[in-house]
Amino acid sequence: MTTRGATGSEIGSRRLVERLLRSQEGIVFLLALAAFVLFSATLPSFLSAGNLLVLIRSVSILGILALGMAVVVIARGIDVSMIAVMVVSVSWAFVITRAGYPFEVALLIGAGFALVAGIVIGALIAFGEVPPIFATLAAGSVIYGTGRTFFFTLEMQNVPPDTDWFRLIGQGNFLGIPVTIIAFGALCIVVQVVLSRTRFGWTIYAMGNNPQAARVTGLPTRPMIVAQYAISAFIAYLAGLILASSAAAINARLFNSTMIYDILLVVVLGGIGLNGGHGSVRNVILGTVFVGILLNGMTILNIDYTIQNLVKGVVLLLAIVADSLVNPRDEQTSQQGDL
Amino acid sequence: MRLGLFGKALCAAAALALGLSLAHAQDKGLENPRSTTFHTALKGKKVVFVPLSMGFDLTEGWAAQMRKQADRLGYDFEIRDPAWSTDAGTKAIQSLISEKPDLMVIHNPDIQSYARLLKQAQAAGIKIVQINLESNTTTDSYVGADWTEIGRKAAEAIVERCGAGKGISTKVAIDTGVPTAASDVFQLHGIYEVLDAHPEIQVVSQQATEYNPEKARSIMATVLQQHDDLCGAIGIWDNQDTGTASAIKEAGKSDQVFLVTSGGGNQVGCENVKNGLFNLYISYNVPLQGDLLNQEIVRLLMSDATAGEIQTMYFNPLTLITPENVNQRNCWTLDDLK
Repeated sequence: MTTRGATGSEIGSRRLVERLLRSQEGIVFLLALAAFVLFSATLPSFLSAGNLLVLIRSVSILGILALGMAVVVIARGIDVSMIAVMVVSVSWAFVITRAGYPFEVALLIGAGFALVAGIVIGALIAFGEVPPIFATLAAGSVIYGTGRTFFFTLEMQNVPPDTDWFRLIGQGNFLGIPVTIIAFGALCIVVQVVLSRTRFGWTIYAMGNNPQAARVTGLPTRPMIVAQYAISAFIAYLAGLILASSAAAINARLFNSTMIYDILLVVVLGGIGLNGGHGSVRNVILGTVFVGILLNGMTILNIDYTIQNLVKGVVLLLAIVADSLVNPRDEQTSQQGDL
Repeated sequence: MRLGLFGKALCAAAALALGLSLAHAQDKGLENPRSTTFHTALKGKKVVFVPLSMGFDLTEGWAAQMRKQADRLGYDFEIRDPAWSTDAGTKAIQSLISEKPDLMVIHNPDIQSYARLLKQAQAAGIKIVQINLESNTTTDSYVGADWTEIGRKAAEAIVERCGAGKGISTKVAIDTGVPTAASDVFQLHGIYEVLDAHPEIQVVSQQATEYNPEKARSIMATVLQQHDDLCGAIGIWDNQDTGTASAIKEAGKSDQVFLVTSGGGNQVGCENVKNGLFNLYISYNVPLQGDLLNQEIVRLLMSDATAGEIQTMYFNPLTLITPENVNQRNCWTLDDLK
């Protein structure tokens, strides 16, 4: 949101709306508000507590993945290998368990795989200087191919039997709130603290604002890049565990789905520009909630699949256009290989 | 010629020996020329399988059985895996048309995409068996489920439970997969054929899950919020409906919502019937389909007819699995077939 202008009490709601319209985040916020009011007025049980919990829960996993993506995007990168890392590491952990290893050990091995994948991708980008979009696109296919060839034959992996505590992550409630939502909330707080209160977070913004300047002033940009992709891979693994727990299975075919674009939709829609340097957890929450409202409303209205995709596509396009109008590209912000 | 006593004895001994040796030969049975032909005629032939993708119960099951028969009869069996990409599948078939295998087993992603290629392949002399998902082009053979029948059976079960005055309400939800696949198009037709005859049934939601269990879960959770008196649900595939079922269970409505789904009859689906997650599981029986497929492969490879000359098809029988008949005979694991 814009920071300029005094916020005295004399500022009327018209002024506020004008201010909101000046930023992409504000526009999306108004759109989300409009959709929320519209659905609340027209759909009978939209506003019920039960439905609102279902709404948030249905996009929590998307939100968690978007947090990982946000860390990378703010530092002027992009990670389209997240889904591959997610499905392969979680599926592998399940396969190892069924082969006789203790479940907890298998989960650690899965986490290790995700971290190694993230570190290798980060090293490719940091030291190999491969543009992030190409590095992660290729790495995604390699990771998925490796998984399908060496780790598991079947795409669909059910949660191993006798792991009741694991089911609680995706299916349990705490004080009436699904654990999935709590996990999303907790991760939001962690990422927010890291981004705004730590040297690590400030470095991420510095790198996104101006990578050359960040390097010249002596910031450890290469190790930072490796760390960012390790973080996004690890977050992808966590999201995969929650996803598997809530649906009692994980399907490696998600790699072939449009899920990675949904994550980008959340990030861009929320107002984190793809040219990096700005945005925060607040943007991720806004994007997640907006997508949640849209999906939930369209499901209740029983809108056709193709039209739902059309709506999602149009909304993403509008957000990108708004983004480039509000944050115009110039010599400082544009870069080669920019998305 | 006169024979002496010794000569007569010799003749008798010779006759006896001949008789004994004949009797002995009979003990070893007769050679069946047809068996010899059957086991040798297919040597050197080449069969290629183009599935939607390997890596899920159906295609892995069929492939295991086809590979077993290829080893037994000594013909060549190959798989070209397009990994869910219709584009890659098209390219695979195109290159196969120039490679000219003797027979292709095709699993169609939808009713249109491969239609013209299949015609071209037959014109080039390659025999074609389609498995479980049809194309608009009829070929030498189709083996698999009749999706319309599955839709009809599912809808009949729902009407039985949720018809006027029978269930908590007459509200029904339908979870489809991807709107263009033969399984969806034909199945929906079957479902509506029955539902149209029962106007009291209200379809309150019909949403596509892209075969993703998590998406199926969140759709069902939303529908249950909106219609907490939902009576029944039809899912299009067991793999995705694990998610549908877990939403119903989480909402505590397992006794209220009657869930019908269909699939290949693998053990994972059966476990869900046992757990009470699926109320009716319509199985198209992958091991049976594999056997039928093998029979068609041999029949076509041995037949003198040219590709596409005689077109046959067979919709295999369906097994309706309920908690009462979940057993070894109706359910299978991949290891059973290997």
